[in-house]
Amino acid sequence: MGSKHLLVALAGQPNCGKSTVFNMLTGARQHVANYPGVTVEKKTGAFSMGETRVELVDLPGTYSLTSYSLEERVARDFLLGDNPGVVIDVADASNLKRNLYLTLQLLEMEVPTVLNLNMMDVADRRGQTVDMVKLEEMLGIPVVPTIAKQGKGREGLQQAIERVLADNDGNHLKVDYGKMEPYIDALQGLLAEDPVLSVQYPVRWFAIKLLEGDSEAETLLMKTHPDAERVMEKVRGSRERFHEDAGNAAERHIAFTRHGLCARICKAVVAMPEERRRNLSDMADKYVCHRVFGPIILVAILLVLYQISIVFGGWLAQKVWPVWGSLETFASDVLPQAGFMTDPLLRALGEWVVKSTTAILNYLPIFLLLFSLIAILEDSGYMPRMAFILDRLFRRFGLHGQSTLPMILGGVYVGGCAIPGVMATKAIPDERARLATILIIPMMNCLAKVPLYLILIGAYFADVGGLAMFFIATVTLFMALPIAKLLSMTVLKKRESAPFIMEMPPYHLPTVSGILRRALERIWLFMKKIITVVAAVATVVFVLINFPGLPEKRQAHYEQQRDKAVKAFVQEVEKTQYAGQIGTNQVLEVILFNEALKQAKVGVKDKEKSAAINSEFEARNLVYYAVVKRVGADGKKLNKALRKVIKVRKKIRREIRAERFESSFLGTMGRALEPVTQWAGFNWRINIALLSAFAAKENSAATLGSIYGIDDSGQSVQESMKAGEAGFTPLHALALMLFMALYPPCVPTSIMVRHQSNSTKWMLFSIGYQTFLGLFVASLVFTGGSLLGLTGFQAMWAFYGLCVAATLIMAMIPTPEEKAAKSLAANESY
Amino acid sequence: MTLDELKPGTRCVMTDLTTGGALGQRLMDLGFYPGAEIEIVRNAPLVDPVELHLDGYHVSIRHNEAKHIEVEG
Repeated sequence: MGSKHLLVALAGQPNCGKSTVFNMLTGARQHVANYPGVTVEKKTGAFSMGETRVELVDLPGTYSLTSYSLEERVARDFLLGDNPGVVIDVADASNLKRNLYLTLQLLEMEVPTVLNLNMMDVADRRGQTVDMVKLEEMLGIPVVPTIAKQGKGREGLQQAIERVLADNDGNHLKVDYGKMEPYIDALQGLLAEDPVLSVQYPVRWFAIKLLEGDSEAETLLMKTHPDAERVMEKVRGSRERFHEDAGNAAERHIAFTRHGLCARICKAVVAMPEERRRNLSDMADKYVCHRVFGPIILVAILLVLYQISIVFGGWLAQKVWPVWGSLETFASDVLPQAGFMTDPLLRALGEWVVKSTTAILNYLPIFLLLFSLIAILEDSGYMPRMAFILDRLFRRFGLHGQSTLPMILGGVYVGGCAIPGVMATKAIPDERARLATILIIPMMNCLAKVPLYLILIGAYFADVGGLAMFFIATVTLFMALPIAKLLSMTVLKKRESAPFIMEMPPYHLPTVSGILRRALERIWLFMKKIITVVAAVATVVFVLINFPGLPEKRQAHYEQQRDKAVKAFVQEVEKTQYAGQIGTNQVLEVILFNEALKQAKVGVKDKEKSAAINSEFEARNLVYYAVVKRVGADGKKLNKALRKVIKVRKKIRREIRAERFESSFLGTMGRALEPVTQWAGFNWRINIALLSAFAAKENSAATLGSIYGIDDSGQSVQESMKAGEAGFTPLHALALMLFMALYPPCVPTSIMVRHQSNSTKWMLFSIGYQTFLGLFVASLVFTGGSLLGLTGFQAMWAFYGLCVAATLIMAMIPTPEEKAAKSLAANESY
Repeated sequence: MTLDELKPGTRCVMTDLTTGGALGQRLMDLGFYPGAEIEIVRNAPLVDPVELHLDGYHVSIRHNEAKHIEVEG
């Protein structure tokens, strides 16, 4: 017998420890992707069982298998479409009754099922015992106890899979729907007429689903059954007659019957303790969800999260930076040598792409910490508590209790990143609130916006720096909340809004391996998605800011300047003992020699090492070394001359860069936009910086740096910006800061928005509305402030007041659900 | 009597569900059915939503949703 393949699906309700069972069975061999066409995560893994190679697929955790939620549809489609050989139904042993509800539905789908009672330790602690033998007897399928967290029960599960494969007589429990049975029988007869449908789908299940009024089943019927209309007629008739007969709608009768059976089974097999003991979770919740302590604990946890990931993570990122820095050095070593005026294209592009990538890699330590902390919050069970505490507040703005975390990640205060923020919206079950959250996340203060804030505050609000930072850090929330409400009342109005109903699972102590596994999984996903995109986008931006390039006349002008400087240096050389040893063509070599020596000494404090580097360079070229290190009188003299050349070179390079920038495609765009942006106080230079930020926000600071020329004068960007923009006032700076706050999502975030909303339309909307809003706000502040004669600082707080007022007013407007409830109440009182 | 009228600390038994569609289905799927034993555990700090102990586990729902659940003490 050769090796066999077996497809096994892992089903279960949320919070039953399904992923720990998955990890226990598959170990490290896992693969994470999405189910085709949807944003639901699909985890697959493999393990061997004797001769058989088993492929295990983790289905989304669902309470039921209706067609109301995306997860349930995905799970159901997999069970029916991919025909797994066995389904392992993971159930929380301490909460058997509710978990059995899903088991009964799996049995109805006629897939060979193994029931896995997981978290036996929790049941034990609560003093509950389950009669396995009796349960197996009643259900007619193997029942296996496990404590997956401790790796207990793995063999048992594998044996059960073999058992159910060997002996699958279909002789398992069938739910008796009582009064509905004749209706099911009749419909079954009709469905059996269709040879395709009756082979592909379990007929009884299909009949029950149709009676339940399941929309997906109806669509399926319409597609496959030759006489679908007649069957549907029959279904509708049956539903109506049943409702009259039984006095209860069919779908309710079905659900209630299943629950009744679950309760009966549980009564027979589970021995409960006399008195329900207050367990640790209940006691903890007394404080965690307390009216006063709850919010305090919440704020404390968020503060710790912020401190560790952003503050400590930022420090760590700095420590790790040399790694990425050496990557940059390596790239510049490998790439073709620099030129005097401009660098070869390959070098310029290569350095640009590497720098753009390292700019993102720089955030890796922060992401790792962030993802680990989120995994801890998720695994511990605190997430639902957070939603519980904040739901009321967020709902007023069309958001959801579970919007909290994405917003924190996006940077509710200062520092975050929209990418994991948008990623985390996956957990929000309400479609409307989820989209609203996705659309406001890019408005939060991500880390990459901070450099520009710091430059502007340093340059224009230096005396009130703390207050200005507080302003920009908090005003974003007061802009985002009213806008979220506005969006959910307008463009998102027609989107599905789901009920809140949320399980509050007992607290768990997260395990280190579980946390690391999840954090690394997400980091990997992030890297794969982002790095490739960033590299591609960096190339496009490079072209946009470097081409079409300098006109020949200007080129000649700079060449003339270069030749003059070089000539002066060579003339100086001729007067010394080194005459004839450095020609016109070697001047660049001396300059690069100087740079290489400086580069080699970076971070070297040890005297011996420094001496070793010196002698190495001396050996390379004695003459160059003498000039660079000022050896002897002639060396000193030439060094002075060399500095002059270097200064000229830097000046030329800076001017060329600025000029090329101006005449580039992006520069042309910046100028073309001036008539619009002048109301916001932006000139074309600012426009270019803002346009370049679309690839990644940190570009704005870097671009301003290149426009104003940071790398030579020794000035900081804020100083050179102040010098370069004489007419700029704090009001300009304020408008610019606010525009940056509302800036459209950067390219990686846009891709994540597209991924999470599953639509290009929403991505484009997200980019478009934020651009418009940013311009509107910046113009309002700048033009309004100018007209009223406000200073930047006054305009700042006037705008702050405006935002807070807008937030309060928006909170007052009732949500559609509240309106419906009110009109209901009004009707009742008559 | 509907569930949203009850104060934290009270216990009751569900008698009927007065809504259908997605909300009704979701309530049923999470274990709300006639005969289920419910204890009101606590209100959220901002009063809504409310946490319940339902047949052995904890679930929180909004008052708006609790309105559709008929109970008796």
